[in-house]
Amino acid sequence: MTLHIDIPEETFGSILAKAFRNTAFVAGFVITLLILAMAVVSYGWTPYDVTKLVIADKTQAPSLAHWFGTDHFGRDILSMVMVGARNSIAVALVAVGIGMGVGVPLGAFAAARGGLVDEALMRLNDLVFAFPALLSAIMITAIFGPGAVNAIIAIGIFNIPVFARVARAGALAIWPREFILAARAAGKSSTQISIEHVLPNIATLLLVQGTIQFALGILAEAGLSYLGLGAQPPMPSWGRMLFEAQTHMVVAPWMAIFPGMAIVVTVLGLNLLGDGIADILDPKSRRQR
Amino acid sequence: MNLLDIENLSLTIGDTPILRNVELSVAPGEVMGLVGESGSGKSMTALTVMQLLPHAARATGRVTFDGIDILAATEDQMCALRGDDIGMVFQEPMTALNPVKTIGEQVAEGIRWHTKASRAEAEDRARKMLDRVGLPSAKFPMSRYPHELSGGQRQRVVIAIACALKPKLLIADEPTTALDVVLQAQILDLLRDLVAESRMGLLLISHDLAVVTEMADRITILRHGEVMEAGDTARTLSEQTHPYTRQLAQASMHVPARARPHGIETGRPLLQVEGATRDYPGRLASLFKRAPTIRAVDHVSLSMTPGQSVALVGRSGCGKSTLARMILALDQPSSGTIRFHGETITGKSEAELKPARRDMQVVFQDPYGSFDPRQKVEKLVAEPLHVLEKKPTRAERREMVAHALHEVGLGVSDMDKYPHEFSGGQRQRLSIARAIITRPKLVVADEPVSALDVSIRAQILDLFAELNQKLGIAYLFITHDLTVARAITDEVLVMHEGKIVERGRTSEVLDHPQSEAAKALVTAAPDLHRAIAQRMQEQG
Repeated sequence: MTLHIDIPEETFGSILAKAFRNTAFVAGFVITLLILAMAVVSYGWTPYDVTKLVIADKTQAPSLAHWFGTDHFGRDILSMVMVGARNSIAVALVAVGIGMGVGVPLGAFAAARGGLVDEALMRLNDLVFAFPALLSAIMITAIFGPGAVNAIIAIGIFNIPVFARVARAGALAIWPREFILAARAAGKSSTQISIEHVLPNIATLLLVQGTIQFALGILAEAGLSYLGLGAQPPMPSWGRMLFEAQTHMVVAPWMAIFPGMAIVVTVLGLNLLGDGIADILDPKSRRQR
Repeated sequence: MNLLDIENLSLTIGDTPILRNVELSVAPGEVMGLVGESGSGKSMTALTVMQLLPHAARATGRVTFDGIDILAATEDQMCALRGDDIGMVFQEPMTALNPVKTIGEQVAEGIRWHTKASRAEAEDRARKMLDRVGLPSAKFPMSRYPHELSGGQRQRVVIAIACALKPKLLIADEPTTALDVVLQAQILDLLRDLVAESRMGLLLISHDLAVVTEMADRITILRHGEVMEAGDTARTLSEQTHPYTRQLAQASMHVPARARPHGIETGRPLLQVEGATRDYPGRLASLFKRAPTIRAVDHVSLSMTPGQSVALVGRSGCGKSTLARMILALDQPSSGTIRFHGETITGKSEAELKPARRDMQVVFQDPYGSFDPRQKVEKLVAEPLHVLEKKPTRAERREMVAHALHEVGLGVSDMDKYPHEFSGGQRQRLSIARAIITRPKLVVADEPVSALDVSIRAQILDLFAELNQKLGIAYLFITHDLTVARAITDEVLVMHEGKIVERGRTSEVLDHPQSEAAKALVTAAPDLHRAIAQRMQEQG
């Protein structure tokens, strides 16, 4: 028997059209794009040179000449925020990437196997957790030498157990469900089931954790820079700007406010973006009956 | 004078109409049965009386309880009523109790709150109430936690909470749906006694016509938020004047047409289980002590021939599902062997199991939980094709899925939908489509219709019967519902505490049960014919 099938497939175009009707996604997308654009523009042009110290202009309040004010060396905060975006975003993104790339498969594997394997992996996890991020970063830079790349790796390693935990917890909640049993009855291996059924169902969870880790990554980078293990001065980063602002909080609050705002807006943008993507990928929102 | 009077009640949630002009009354000492299929507005009617509706709900009409206008009552007035004059029993005893509080505390809580009694007094009354519902203090001290009780015992605690203050009206929303038939009979008896003792009004909500017929003096039949028919239970159900009433009654007694046993007891057995045993190690009580081993399945042997339809019946927790999992090679027996097509399947690796998996499929109970919500029907139904030797191309795969959907009465266009777009009955059809797509020889169905409404259930049973005829698939039906066993199987195995205690032809075992376990099941099973006859007799 032949049955004629002519149902339009869900195409990339239709998903895209749907995406741009989603307010959260559009807002998040625009914000993220702006921040990225800022980082890119900073390579060619900034209002002022961030390496030039103009002591005469130090700690000026925001004005038409310096929109975001100046710091204690007279550098333009707006320019520094623009240049700092490069470093902060790169570090945080790569660190989250390492964490997710290694942590999620580990967690999913632990949940799928259970028993001793699970126990062993999770204890290993605890071991990594036990070292503060900064300490392990110092350790790594001590072994491999200081530099931005090693700092990124150090933060990334610290992210692994976080994602492993979240992935494992989410996967454990999915595994006892009947559709997993049905898939097993169909003869699928646990790796296949993890990829086809478990991961899509915990994607939202991971996306949310990802945005949180991104924010933490920016702060961790700040900590490392402060110790001289991250981006080296005079190259600015948002985190180090915040640290430097600490001592000038009362006299020049804008020194803290603007880099702080930059971090908040970036995280907000990524959060909205993540929410939007989760929403678009959720079948329940795709087609109304 | 009626205890509860609902007049012309209409309810909307947001823009969706839920109830339209519902009329219902309960007199003191009366049992009113409220029957309807899922989505008919039964529970919403109950929640209106309790004023526990969601925020977006708007109710109009009149609801009078004991002279109080419920719809106009303030939240404070309602708080005084709830749990004191109106008690409520919910469906799911697993979630209706707070897991971190002892049962004593939970029963005493309401007493203290409403009567301002001292702690000692309240505990004393709680103790008496727990004794009354069949949880004597010697075996069930007040310091027990809900997780230490079984489902039926928990439901007794829920009833104790609801009845602790001798309410004038008790609302029971599907109080026995989550329990097996034997427990169901016990809980219904308890409710009946409590009503008789204190002249309490009982609003019994259920989808099960047989249960309501056994219990209720009067009955109200609800459909799509409207009352279809209301009146004396015996007359309504014996005369069946309203077409919907007739439809419901017929659906609950439905037996699919099957050409009787074909090709049975001939040829090689399809499935042989020999001495299968499954032990679960006890929980670690402390670092060095382990609770005793639990034997879920105890030396079970059975055999099935191709095309045969066998029911495995038993109470919840008797090991039915564990046995099913072992047959499906999803779980390994601790000892014993299982042979499928003469090949041993115990202790085989996943790769070696592939040929067996092709011929063995499964249908689960819960039509909501058995599909990955993130995948489309095409992928879900095609999942078992994975075990085929020759992987079908994408076009072939779509073709096969379309064919399977067609066989279970669904359309080709359903292929690109997601599971949430289907109703419960349709999902169970999807489940069956997934099970038959590889043309298996054996389908294991674990309570495949117990989560469905009666009319849908009749359709699904028909579908099972038809596929058995057409494709010669053998079924192993796992169920606690004897009507299902009677409707669709040739042979019955009765399981009790991990052992098979009785086996034989379906009609023989169900009409003349020999073992204790089988007798208990048969007497406890609600039966609409019997219930109507009994009602008629009572009224002369």
